[in-house]
Amino acid sequence: MGFLVVLAQRTLYGLLLLLAVLVLNFTMINLAPGDVVDTIAADMGGASAELVAQIRAEYGLDQPVIVQLGNYIWRVFQFDLGQSYFYNRPVTEMIFERLPATLLLVFSAQIFALVVGILLGVFAAQRPNGILSHIVTLFALFGYAAPVFWTGILLLIAFSLKVPLFPVAGMRDVTVEGFFPQVLSVAHHLVLPMLTLGSIFIALYSRLCRASMLEVLGSDYVRTAKAKGLSPRDVTMKHALKNALPPVVTLAGLQFSAVISGAVLVETVFSWPGLGQLALTSILARDTPTILGILFFSALVVIVGNLLTDLVLRLIDPRVRGKA
Amino acid sequence: MSEQTQLKARSPFAEAFEMFRRNHAAVAGLVILLAIVAIALLGPVLYPGNPFDMVWAPFTPPGTEGYLFGTDYLGRDLLSLLIHGARVSLTVGLAAAFVTVTIGITIGALAGFYRGWVEEVLMRLTEFFQVLPTLLFSMVIVALFGASLMMITIAIGLVSWPAVARITRAEFLRIRELEYVTAARAGGVRNGGLMFRVILPNALPPIIVQAALMVGSAILFEAGLSFLGLTDPNVASWGQIIGSNRQYILDASYTVTVPGIAIFITVLAISLVGDGLNDALNPKLRER
Repeated sequence: MGFLVVLAQRTLYGLLLLLAVLVLNFTMINLAPGDVVDTIAADMGGASAELVAQIRAEYGLDQPVIVQLGNYIWRVFQFDLGQSYFYNRPVTEMIFERLPATLLLVFSAQIFALVVGILLGVFAAQRPNGILSHIVTLFALFGYAAPVFWTGILLLIAFSLKVPLFPVAGMRDVTVEGFFPQVLSVAHHLVLPMLTLGSIFIALYSRLCRASMLEVLGSDYVRTAKAKGLSPRDVTMKHALKNALPPVVTLAGLQFSAVISGAVLVETVFSWPGLGQLALTSILARDTPTILGILFFSALVVIVGNLLTDLVLRLIDPRVRGKA
Repeated sequence: MSEQTQLKARSPFAEAFEMFRRNHAAVAGLVILLAIVAIALLGPVLYPGNPFDMVWAPFTPPGTEGYLFGTDYLGRDLLSLLIHGARVSLTVGLAAAFVTVTIGITIGALAGFYRGWVEEVLMRLTEFFQVLPTLLFSMVIVALFGASLMMITIAIGLVSWPAVARITRAEFLRIRELEYVTAARAGGVRNGGLMFRVILPNALPPIIVQAALMVGSAILFEAGLSFLGLTDPNVASWGQIIGSNRQYILDASYTVTVPGIAIFITVLAISLVGDGLNDALNPKLRER
């Protein structure tokens, strides 16, 4: 089957998942006690029954539930996620302001964790009982058990407060001018959040990569490659690694939703101006349209992340390419 | 070889116990975990009083004035907060893992047993839940339906079950084709009996291991939520101590490091026990 056909299929499936997220959002709004009108009425300090009915009609809340659901989905497809109660601004506008920061954090942490995790795994697999193997095992255990927000605060204490190598909060230094200095400033601010978020996933990827490498290194074609006199480095890097990578990439793809969850906590610790921070403030302010909009967009990021993983997998693994 | 024959003569429980006992890290984990459970159970008796009471000047460093871990930004005894917080962390962790496993087993068992359209629908549902970032989704649930411990437990369970459902389904798919299941079916056992009395007991080992790990991740989850302030403000919990003292790390970093160590050790102990259970219950590993 052609590559484009598969891509189209996956995209369509992704759209269906997004539609399901919308239905879920709508259901949750309707199940939760109180609705928009109650909030507006409360903001006005109470409203008469007639006014409430009028507002209800204005928001289309007097119509049958299924019509309301249809309206909601139609509005979202026009990029209208409603108006924030708290900020009094369109939700999509606020999300688009915040999305780049979150995307930067999420993707840099993923790539960082993948690179370091794979390197650690490959080197650990050279000596299954060597010291690096033990370090990888320990790190995997510790990386899982340490709460990510705590790791972040510890790094903050160590490398921003005690030894002021990195900034304490934010995403860029506003006093810096010019394109390249600004990029550098963002990179400088990104280091600690990226390390914090990446640490959990380095633990995960290095352990799987080590196991996957060990399995591949024991296979016949690796013995053949060694027997025909290839250098150990060529055997590891060209023959073994290529075959050990797909499981690691697959796992990384499955982790996108976990990375976003972690990002919410990391953004809070480092005051990183992304979606997670917006989610927290709007939750504390009971700003339902914003909260649900963020849930929608984070699901979108996960779906796009899965799609990208699929593409990468096809690029590095001819066996997947052959199949549908 | 002789060792294997000897092992086979014993009951499966004794065999599993023997395998667990040989894993020193797992035994250490179990001991630590039991100690933490004992503290959570007995602590409030040995250390009575409201942990939210101000007992001394704020930011009293650990070890002074008889306060082992010092006091926090409101002058509350950190040790008392930690002991009372242990209850919340462990209870929510266990209860949320129970909710997770119940939903996961039900969905995975139905999908793996009935196959066909039931499996298709349920596995699509599982994939759907995996697309939603777990923490954000549970934040939304807690925000819309209230931040009681009960709601937090349900929210954690509601977002974490897909992993359990996948494992259960895989086990059911494998076991339903085995001969003893066919034999039971031929013997007139109905679907419900086949699912829960014939297949489920044999599918349990990997599910038990996963359930143990789920307790750990539920504790981390609860800590994350309460760190963000999405918890019952009248109940002390480890994440909440970290969240509320976060602004004062310059004055008193121990108010953040100490509760973090409590979470870290508890989750570490649970995952060591989980690894040990994996060795003990996984027959594939036993053959090695």
